[in-house]
Amino acid sequence: MLSVRGLSVRFLMPGGRRVAAVTGARFDVAAGECLALIGESGCGKSVLASALLGLLPGNAQTAGSALLGDLDLLAADERTLARTVRGRLIGLVPQSPAAHLTPVRTVRSQLEETVAALTATRGRAALRAAAEAAAERAAFPASHLDRHPHELSGGLAQRAATALALVGGAPLLLADEPTTGLDRDLVDRTVDELRRHVDEPGPGNGTGRALLMITHDLAAAERIADRVAVMYAGRIVELADAAAFFGEPGPRHPYSRGLLQALPDRAFTPVPGMPPELGDLPDGCAFAARCDRATDTCAAPPPAGTVACHHPHVPEDARA
Amino acid sequence: MLELRSITAGYTRNAPVVRDVSLTVAPGESVGLLGPSGCGKSTLARVAALLHRPDSGTLLLDGEPVRHWRHRAPRDRRTAFGVVFQQARLSADPRLPLTDLIAEPLRATGRGREVPDRIAQLAPVVGLTPDLLTRRPHEVSDGQLQRACLARALVLRPRLLVCDEMTAMLDASTAAALVAAVEDYRAATGAALLAVGHDRTLLERWCDRTVHWESLS
Repeated sequence: MLSVRGLSVRFLMPGGRRVAAVTGARFDVAAGECLALIGESGCGKSVLASALLGLLPGNAQTAGSALLGDLDLLAADERTLARTVRGRLIGLVPQSPAAHLTPVRTVRSQLEETVAALTATRGRAALRAAAEAAAERAAFPASHLDRHPHELSGGLAQRAATALALVGGAPLLLADEPTTGLDRDLVDRTVDELRRHVDEPGPGNGTGRALLMITHDLAAAERIADRVAVMYAGRIVELADAAAFFGEPGPRHPYSRGLLQALPDRAFTPVPGMPPELGDLPDGCAFAARCDRATDTCAAPPPAGTVACHHPHVPEDARA
Repeated sequence: MLELRSITAGYTRNAPVVRDVSLTVAPGESVGLLGPSGCGKSTLARVAALLHRPDSGTLLLDGEPVRHWRHRAPRDRRTAFGVVFQQARLSADPRLPLTDLIAEPLRATGRGREVPDRIAQLAPVVGLTPDLLTRRPHEVSDGQLQRACLARALVLRPRLLVCDEMTAMLDASTAAALVAAVEDYRAATGAALLAVGHDRTLLERWCDRTVHWESLS
């Protein structure tokens, strides 16, 4: 479905400074699959999402490719992105639904507008019916359709935003921190609903949607993801199967292990130190300064592959 | 040291958010207050930190009833509390570099002379590097800004810390680092803690005792 190769994003700052927000990202997301992109705040996750939607600011330079079907999202012009990609090929589930919805209009009016813009539905009665069907798909109660966003709870606002993302029948859903600030029950409900949209036969070929979920909430990622991509200082440092990552044998990159050990139901100890500045990255491994396995070798760039580390953890059975 | 007795509080007449709630925090104790979104736990935290006057009920600080809230509270009572809110962005003046953000309580209480020393002590405690201290809020991440907000809460050496969903917006590593910073401060000073949140695992790991919102009234 989505195939990203060597995606890099550089921001040109005043004074000729360059900020390496994303470097050499490589991953695939298949139909009916959820890939969770996890990492600390400021590691480049959201920049990657903006790059896929063509929403980067003017001082950004991109390299590499991001193929969605036959279309390279990075090479597409604004006209293509606006008319065929956003809403139609990629549905965005936003970080803060309350800010994403228009505050002065009801949910119904926003859904009807989106249906009219993205589909061939015409006529007042048909739009009304299509909007109600869209709300139902996202489990948004019809009784609340005539409310304004400020009259909705956080969970309902999230469903309204999800309903909007689903209207265009996009085969790829992009969820950018969809659970930030929600309480645990609501997080579970939100990710379960997203999972349902991944699993149900999607538009077109009937194989389900693909979901790229960007999150720093590891519990949410564990609940929903098939595979996990860990991002650190703009690089994807580990790509792993979610069951192996969160269970046995566990992550292989020292950073991923540190991130999991910071959870309150595990060791509850932070990764020492702070992430490096993206404008001033070392030539070698960016994690070496915080890593207890670092040696002189780490001054050289880490190997490419599923684990970008010179000294990854090795499962016990493989070592024997 | 802090006792809330049958507190009723809210924002509009006849529709209290908090109804007849009682809660005690002993000196040096850490209490976790657990409840779902929208239950009123943040309002109770604001009452406890003297930031919101309750409609009825009594608040005892060191056995003395509190009669004045917000700016009317005597300085020595206001400064007994350090508060960290959920959304660092909304609780930081966007015009101030992080140094000034952290120093603000010192300047506001006429202790501006202590600023360089306190900043030098606190920055490593919360994990802020010197280059971050000169930046304004829009130039740092949520995690880095929350570190500064924690430093601001600690700068007057409060006897009670109120942390309202301090880590809800943060990644696991930053959350663990901030909790560790709070616990180091409490170990050094014997300060008490009221931590409000919805994450049961976190609060039970963090606090001496965790109370459920439903059990309070």
